[in-house]
Amino acid sequence: MISVKGLTKRFGTNTVLDAIDLEIEAGERVAVIGPSGTGKSTLLRSLNFLEKPDEGLITVGPVRVDAKTASADEQRAIRRQTSFVFQNYALFANKTARDNIAEGLITVRGWDKAKAHARADEILSTIGLTEKADSYPASLSGGQQQRVGIGRAMAADAELMLIDEPTSALDPEWIDEVLQLLKRVADARQTMLIVTHEMQFARDISDRVLFMDGGRIVEQGPPEVMFTKPKDPRTAAFLRKVL
Amino acid sequence: MRPLDLDYMLGLVPVLLKYVPLTLAMASVAMVCALALASLMAIVRVTRVPLLDGFTQVFISFFRGTPLLVQLFLFYYGLPQVFSFLTAINGVTAAIMGLTLHFSAYMAESIRAAIIGVDRSQWEASLSVGMTTPQMMRRIILPQAARIAAPTLVNYFVDIIKSTSLAFTLGVTELMGAAQKEAAGSFLYFEAFILVALIYWVIVEALTVVQRQLEARLGKAHAR
Repeated sequence: MISVKGLTKRFGTNTVLDAIDLEIEAGERVAVIGPSGTGKSTLLRSLNFLEKPDEGLITVGPVRVDAKTASADEQRAIRRQTSFVFQNYALFANKTARDNIAEGLITVRGWDKAKAHARADEILSTIGLTEKADSYPASLSGGQQQRVGIGRAMAADAELMLIDEPTSALDPEWIDEVLQLLKRVADARQTMLIVTHEMQFARDISDRVLFMDGGRIVEQGPPEVMFTKPKDPRTAAFLRKVL
Repeated sequence: MRPLDLDYMLGLVPVLLKYVPLTLAMASVAMVCALALASLMAIVRVTRVPLLDGFTQVFISFFRGTPLLVQLFLFYYGLPQVFSFLTAINGVTAAIMGLTLHFSAYMAESIRAAIIGVDRSQWEASLSVGMTTPQMMRRIILPQAARIAAPTLVNYFVDIIKSTSLAFTLGVTELMGAAQKEAAGSFLYFEAFILVALIYWVIVEALTVVQRQLEARLGKAHAR
C-alpha cells in the first residue's frame, strides 16, 4: 500500500507539485498522463527522493517518511522500496548487464555475489537477454539497455516500481520490445506508477489513469472511462491532441 | 669539440642502473600515496564536506602555489628544527612525503574534474537503488572517473619519476645523485648526465606501454 499526502515540490518560486494526494493499492498499475512540464516526472522522482520534496508524507509499504525532515537514512529506506526505471536507461556504464542487475542486491541488500548473479541470470532470462549477460551497456541497443534497466528494477523486488517515460528516448524500432516486457511485469501484478506518452499502452496495462496538469492531479479513473468519457475539459483537450 | 668517452659511459651504465630500483620505488610509493590522498580530497571537494572542503582548498592552493624544491627543503631541513620528532626523518622519506603532498594537490584537481565528468545519470541510478554516497563513489563513480583521469594521472606519474631526482638535494644517492657523484670524480659531466637523461627517458617510454594497456583495460566497458 502506497500513500502520498500533500506532496509539494518547488523549484524556486515555481510550484511543480502542488500538494499531491495519492493512494495506490498493492498490485495496482497506475499510469500518469498529461502535457509536458506538468510535474509527472517530478512526481516519480520525488517519490524516490531523486528530487527532495519540500513537503509531504510518503508511505511505501512499511516505510513512512515526512519529506520535510527526511534524513539520509530515511531517504535510502524509501529508495529501497521504490525501484526506478529511467527514461535514458541510466545503466551503470562500468558494469555488464548481469552486474547492472546484481549491483543493488550486492551493495544495498548485502547478498553474496554468487546468489546475486544467480538471481540476475534468472532475470536476464525473463527479459530475454541471457546471451548479453557479459555485455557492457555501450554495446547494447537502446531497447536492450532499457530491458536491462527494467531488469535492474525487477531485481530490487520493490513495493513500487516507478517508470519514467520508458520509451521516450528509444528509436521507434525498439519501443515494442520494451512495452511488451513492461506489460509482462504489469501482468505479474507489480505495483507500478508509470509516466508515459504511449496512450494505447497506458490503456492496456493500467488499472487507473491519472491526468496531471499544473502540478495537480486533475482527474483520475479507470482507463476505459478516462479515455472515452473524461469529465474535465483539460483532460478532454489533451486526449484530443494525442489520440 | 672533444670526442665522447664511450668506454667511460658503457662502464657507467651498470653503476647507474643499480639506482633505478630506488628511483622507481620512491616514485611508486609517492604515486600510490598521492593517488589515495588526491581521491579523498577530490571526494571532499565534490561532496562539499563542511570544514574539510575549506581545508582541502587551502592545502591544494599551497602545494600547487609553491615550488617542489622549496617544499622538500622545508620538510627535510626546516620542519625538524621546529618539531624535534622529525629529526629522525631520512632523505628518502622526506622526498616521498614531499612528492606525495605536492602531486596529490595537482591530482586532486584532475580527479575532481573526472568525477564531475561522470554523467549525472550514473549518480541518480546509484542513488535510486539505495546506495550510500561512499558505495556510489566506490562502485560506480570512481571507476568511471578513473577512465577519464587515467591519461592525466599517468602524466603526473611521469612527472613524479623525474622529480625524484630532486631527492639528491636532500643528500639521497638515487639515480641523479649517483650520476652527480660519478661525474664529480671523473670530471666527465657530459657523459654522466647524458647517460642519466637517457635512463630517465627509457623508463618514461616504458611507462607509456603500461599506459596504453591501462587505458585499454579501463576503456573495455566503453568499446562498442
